[in-house]
Amino acid sequence: MAQNYYQKDIETMSLPEMKKLQSEKLVKQVKHVYENVPYYRNLMDEKGVKPEDIKGIEDLHKLPFLTKADLRDAYPYGLLAKPLEDCVRIQSTSGTTGRRVVAFYTQNDVDLWEDCCARAIVAAGGSNKDVCQVAYGYGLFTGGPGLNGGSHKVGCLTLPMSSGNTERQIQFMTDLSATILCCTPSYAAYIGETLKEQGYKPEDIPLKAGIFGAEPWTEEMRKGIEETLGIKAYDIYGLTETSGPGVAFECSEQTGMHVNEDHFLAEIIDPDTGEVLPEGEKGELVFTSLDKEAFPLLRYRTRDICVLSRKKCSCGRTLVKMAKPMGRTDDMLIIRGVNVFPSQIETVLLNEGYQPNYQIIVDRANNTDTFEVNVEMSPEQFTDKVSDVLAMEKVLAGAMKTMLGINPKVHLVAPKTIARSEGKAVRVIDKRKLV
Amino acid sequence: MAIKQLTVFVQNRKGTIVSVTDILAKSNINMRALSIAETEDFGILRLIVNDECAAEKVLKEQGYLIKVVDVVGVKISDEPGKLTAALDVLDKANINVEYLYAFMARTEKHAYVVLRVEDNEAAEAALTASGFKLITEADICKL
Repeated sequence: MAQNYYQKDIETMSLPEMKKLQSEKLVKQVKHVYENVPYYRNLMDEKGVKPEDIKGIEDLHKLPFLTKADLRDAYPYGLLAKPLEDCVRIQSTSGTTGRRVVAFYTQNDVDLWEDCCARAIVAAGGSNKDVCQVAYGYGLFTGGPGLNGGSHKVGCLTLPMSSGNTERQIQFMTDLSATILCCTPSYAAYIGETLKEQGYKPEDIPLKAGIFGAEPWTEEMRKGIEETLGIKAYDIYGLTETSGPGVAFECSEQTGMHVNEDHFLAEIIDPDTGEVLPEGEKGELVFTSLDKEAFPLLRYRTRDICVLSRKKCSCGRTLVKMAKPMGRTDDMLIIRGVNVFPSQIETVLLNEGYQPNYQIIVDRANNTDTFEVNVEMSPEQFTDKVSDVLAMEKVLAGAMKTMLGINPKVHLVAPKTIARSEGKAVRVIDKRKLV
Repeated sequence: MAIKQLTVFVQNRKGTIVSVTDILAKSNINMRALSIAETEDFGILRLIVNDECAAEKVLKEQGYLIKVVDVVGVKISDEPGKLTAALDVLDKANINVEYLYAFMARTEKHAYVVLRVEDNEAAEAALTASGFKLITEADICKL
């Protein structure tokens, strides 16, 4: 199969050339940040690092880290490296885990971000013959604007749907024969369920590919979406702090996401010691923006746990690949002293034949953590006998106990009753933090 | 022969039953019998209505988890010991009753019993053979 690239010279660049390019950009970027961002200059000064000490990517480890806490401290302008007159856009995080993060963009920043998204769309088989339905939220959230811009760059006919209003999504998808769907995986699954309920078969749905990201999802969920919609589902990764979606994207091999490392230099570190780990080891993903002008973060700790690999890829791209994040250093729950990742619950549900529509509720009663999981049951699973429903709950609780080592209380609930926001799914309610 | 029972899954929360009955009332659906099985977390409503197709449709549209199951309806005279006699028949035929509920006829001097069993045909055969009269969908509509 002929492979298509959006920017072939970069996407297939040899490793020595890439390292040379990254080194040149890094030296310039460190100088730009040191001169224009007092907040980061102080961090470098505290560590005794001067811009002259950074001669290439081999010196990257000398630079201090930035964390989400720094972004909050510096809110709103503390990490801005350009005068506001040069900025044309802001995007923002949802702010659900604390104060919002606001990122600034120059026109050049927007262009390069859209290029990254265009690379992802082309890697998913997109071209100017495609109709690209963007069902990520538009607005402060980066999903909609990012893929919208990428879709324009590729030359697709772009349907700027934003998220929600599923009936209208389906109407445009079928009436205008959308071939590529971009949205969160949970919304893709929801659209798929709705299409199925309306009697659509996978072969009746014009879509051929989907680009899904902005929240964690599993291989099982991918299989489910691919079967329901009759498409190939591609993962995309990004974060508002560095730009938005398109920091990394999946190719036809579907074995991890190529990092757009000409713009975003990736490292894996030990989250406890901060030490850089060799290729192939699992740790926290750290990004350095090499080209961002307005909001250039150096060594930003993403809190995503994953692995980087330079194994040769059948798609011909030489860009380093990151595995799907296996969890986050901060979404791991500690319940009764046991580490619990929501992704583990999702795996159990899919193994047991449930849709991954669930909510974990952790609370404290009598000095012990309570651990409840609400799970949506499908119409096929529902019976008129109380004993059957209780038995299903018991089987699920047993499977979760096997996976996690601790026993949850499982409640089966009616379909679509768990708040399934059409942006990001609320998977965990930890009431312990409110005390 | 069997009659249709509408089964609705509800959370064990304030106001859930009234929201179901309200939807049925607004669609002009009349309930003949209602029984609830409940646990700490959820309840299962079992309904016999005059138009189960319409009820299923309207509740599904409102997002309720619905299942329609076949149940056996039997007419018994309103006298002490008659229900026992009917259950005796099933017991002798080795038919296990999952659950049952009963309702009174408005005018005639008898009651109706709704039985959920594994094998409807066997239960119907046993009851008919012992002289019990079964009720049909048509009877339900006329009630």
